[in-house]
Amino acid sequence: MRVSCRVNGEQREADGVWPGESLLYLLRERLGLPGAKNACEQGECGSCTVYLDGLPVCACLVAGGQAQGREVVAVEGLTGPDGGLDRVQHAFLQAGAVQCGFCTPGLIVAVHDLLARVSTPTDADIREALAGNLCRCTGYEKIMDAVRSAAAMPPSTAAACPASRPGGPR
Amino acid sequence: MTTPMTETSRGAVTGGVGDSPVRPDGTLKVTGQFAFSSDLSADGMLWGATLRSPYARARIRGIDLTAALALPGVRAVLTAADVPGAGSYGLEVADQPVLAADEVSYQGEPVAVVAADHPETARRAAARIVVDYEPLPPVTDAEAALAAGDIFRHVPVRRGDAHATAEVVVSGVYQVGMQDQAFLGPESGLAMPTVDGGVDLYIATQWLHVDQRQVASCLGLPVDRVRLYLAGVGGAFGAREDLSMQVHACLLALRTGRPVKMVYGREESFFGHVHRHPALMRYEHGADRDGRLVYVKAHIVLDGGAYASSTPAVVANAATLGVGPYEVPNVVMDAYGARTNNPPCGAMRGFGAVQTCFGYESQMDKLAAALGLDPVEIRRRNAMTTGSVMPTGQVVDGPAPVARLLELVRDRPAPLAASGDPREWPGGVANTTHGESVVRGVGYAIGIKNVCFSEGFDDYSTARVRLEMVGGEPVVLVHTAAAEVGQGLVTLQAQIARTELGVERVVVAAADTTVGSAGSSSASRQSYVTGGAVRAACQAVRDGVLARLGARAGPADGLRLAGGMVVTASGVAVADLAEVLGDDPVEETRQWRHRPTHPLDPRTGQGDAHVQYAFAAHRATVDVDVELGLVRVVEIATAQDVGKAINPQAVLGQIHGGTAQGLGLALMEELRVVDGLVRNPSFTDYLIPTILDVPPMTVDVLELADPHAPYGLRGVGEPPTISSTPAVVAAIRAATGLALSRVPVRPEYLTGAV
Repeated sequence: MRVSCRVNGEQREADGVWPGESLLYLLRERLGLPGAKNACEQGECGSCTVYLDGLPVCACLVAGGQAQGREVVAVEGLTGPDGGLDRVQHAFLQAGAVQCGFCTPGLIVAVHDLLARVSTPTDADIREALAGNLCRCTGYEKIMDAVRSAAAMPPSTAAACPASRPGGPR
Repeated sequence: MTTPMTETSRGAVTGGVGDSPVRPDGTLKVTGQFAFSSDLSADGMLWGATLRSPYARARIRGIDLTAALALPGVRAVLTAADVPGAGSYGLEVADQPVLAADEVSYQGEPVAVVAADHPETARRAAARIVVDYEPLPPVTDAEAALAAGDIFRHVPVRRGDAHATAEVVVSGVYQVGMQDQAFLGPESGLAMPTVDGGVDLYIATQWLHVDQRQVASCLGLPVDRVRLYLAGVGGAFGAREDLSMQVHACLLALRTGRPVKMVYGREESFFGHVHRHPALMRYEHGADRDGRLVYVKAHIVLDGGAYASSTPAVVANAATLGVGPYEVPNVVMDAYGARTNNPPCGAMRGFGAVQTCFGYESQMDKLAAALGLDPVEIRRRNAMTTGSVMPTGQVVDGPAPVARLLELVRDRPAPLAASGDPREWPGGVANTTHGESVVRGVGYAIGIKNVCFSEGFDDYSTARVRLEMVGGEPVVLVHTAAAEVGQGLVTLQAQIARTELGVERVVVAAADTTVGSAGSSSASRQSYVTGGAVRAACQAVRDGVLARLGARAGPADGLRLAGGMVVTASGVAVADLAEVLGDDPVEETRQWRHRPTHPLDPRTGQGDAHVQYAFAAHRATVDVDVELGLVRVVEIATAQDVGKAINPQAVLGQIHGGTAQGLGLALMEELRVVDGLVRNPSFTDYLIPTILDVPPMTVDVLELADPHAPYGLRGVGEPPTISSTPAVVAAIRAATGLALSRVPVRPEYLTGAV
């Protein structure tokens, strides 16, 4: 089947989609956007977290066909006011919240969503919001630092227009 | 010759040794552009899938591929008969079949592989393969295997008087469940056939060259026709030291003539790599009335599972490190690795030192209780120090601040009482208590780990370093085969080059097998060994630059490179690098080795087997809901000696992450194996700590230089994993008064249900 949706601000189409394919597979293997990650593919790890019509979802739990006519924003679509890094991406980089980086794309989207909802979260708020995102490298301490630090930065005005940066990774 | 000027006039180099520069792969990782091994693709690419044994042990009477081959989109279906080279591989012993031929020896053992146009087609074709199995009774009890003589290795260690007696004696039997590394990036890679009949493999691994050797052997190809390139690695923790899909993808690529990608799902990943050895440990500690250890006797059985992997080396670690960082005059230690039909076990962060630390630290607490001593005090009284002698007879010649590390965690302020936010109680967001039935406890532990490969292994790394002018600016290119697995090795290599060559712009080339082996990213060894190799190659490049200058301007004694210039010892510039280099780069390759180690005597376990010892201490504070058996770790304080923090931010990252994995083993992480069958191969059922489970951590980092190591550094990655497990359990014991002799501690152990 054919699936048409807006991805990171661009209208995209994929042909020959098998109905059993997930949104994660659609993004990674059909649209050339491997930013969302395939760590468990059963909704336990949060590595594939993307926005679907503005709500964070595990892309592995959404059928590719369900994205028809909808708006998807993945980590590749997040960007700062100058077209550079979003504040969350910047904070993760500076704080040392990135080691192997496999959990990072999902966490960036989840934190981006948290800070859009709660501008100055408490530590307990942060932990509750990120409980669905597994990280095996950092022990979460630097991730906590990164979220606190990102919350203290001005929000990225351009995050709503993700098309300001090309979507393809390679 | 230019006008002399000081290096500060051009700015001292930043981002060198001791700084925490932003990691060079960081921007790619936060934007989703970093190419992990599972992200790769190629034109005409096929997908591979693996058929695995559903039995822990069975004879294979026949395999029928007809239905699989008949499925449209299937390009190849291969069995053991299609393996052109050696049928088996292994890190220490080549005993693991590429594909099982006549018998399967553990659940999940690969039997056949498929290549197809779509991953689902490949999986469905694998499911259509008909294997005629004759199930056989599996051996699943390690002690029974031991009794039957099914042993990968026995390491005895004998020191002092085997018949020593003591006034105070405590004994215990301790068990450690099977922990999984649970890296997030699944086993994956892309194999591309090449025109010379060889294959290029893009792979997430810990050691490119040991993969290359095994893959070439199984493919029946010369090593130089199998080229490996490191793809992005989504964590490792030991699980990528053995092969997984490497040979399979290459076989399929060579058979089909097309690129083949294989990506394990999470369930398959639990079957696709080795695990931490489950352990059964009997300890007896004898001490005098002051609490000074007189002897330790220990009998340690590690379940190696079906194939050898690195079990022999894990057993040696358990044996040689098995009394902990203590002075013990008399030791009778026997450690065994048993062969069973359970999942194969091998390398995981801590490597034999984790299991024993739970045993000996539980014993130290038991001894403290028997003597009415404080748990920190009994450890201080027995703490080893520089000059102490290990049970192997090896003298600990580097810093060994065991007592100080304990004092550092002891003297940290106690964490605050619960604030009243219900999310801070055990059970957390599940809202299971408002403080009723909750008790708090504090526990301590300290551990010891060897750094680098041991027992006479020729442990080296190779670095190629080039200094050249690019666009009018000096640039250093560092090329090694060392695997960046997340720990920050790419950052560290650049830092060393900046410091040694005084050049800001450093590029670390992608790791591959076109440069010599760097050894494994394991054993906390890469900063030490590849760090040493990069430093040596940089120093050779510097000497080359000075030789060129000397040929023009006389002796170069005392000169060094800084700020893009050649400067005197006092920092006065004598030449600009641009002048000395011109268009002609200086390039040097160096192999670097740490000081040699020696085998253990097979009867007595005596020998200088280890390179360096590393220590970390933990204090854990826990709240336990004794009605529900729920534990919340409130805080963990850690202290570790790292010799020299080459990158302080990365050091903290290792300590935090390692501590969290130890917490996981204490409270939740166990691959449950019943009758040889894994019952929980998913992240739904195999739990790793979430951000709700891991508490705030305080860290004290000591930098006591080891004179033998580059920059005085000490390996960092493993020690924090080792002692956090017993510290958490000790805290639960302190809160509940329960004995708790097995990890992970399950809720039913705490509620009296077991």
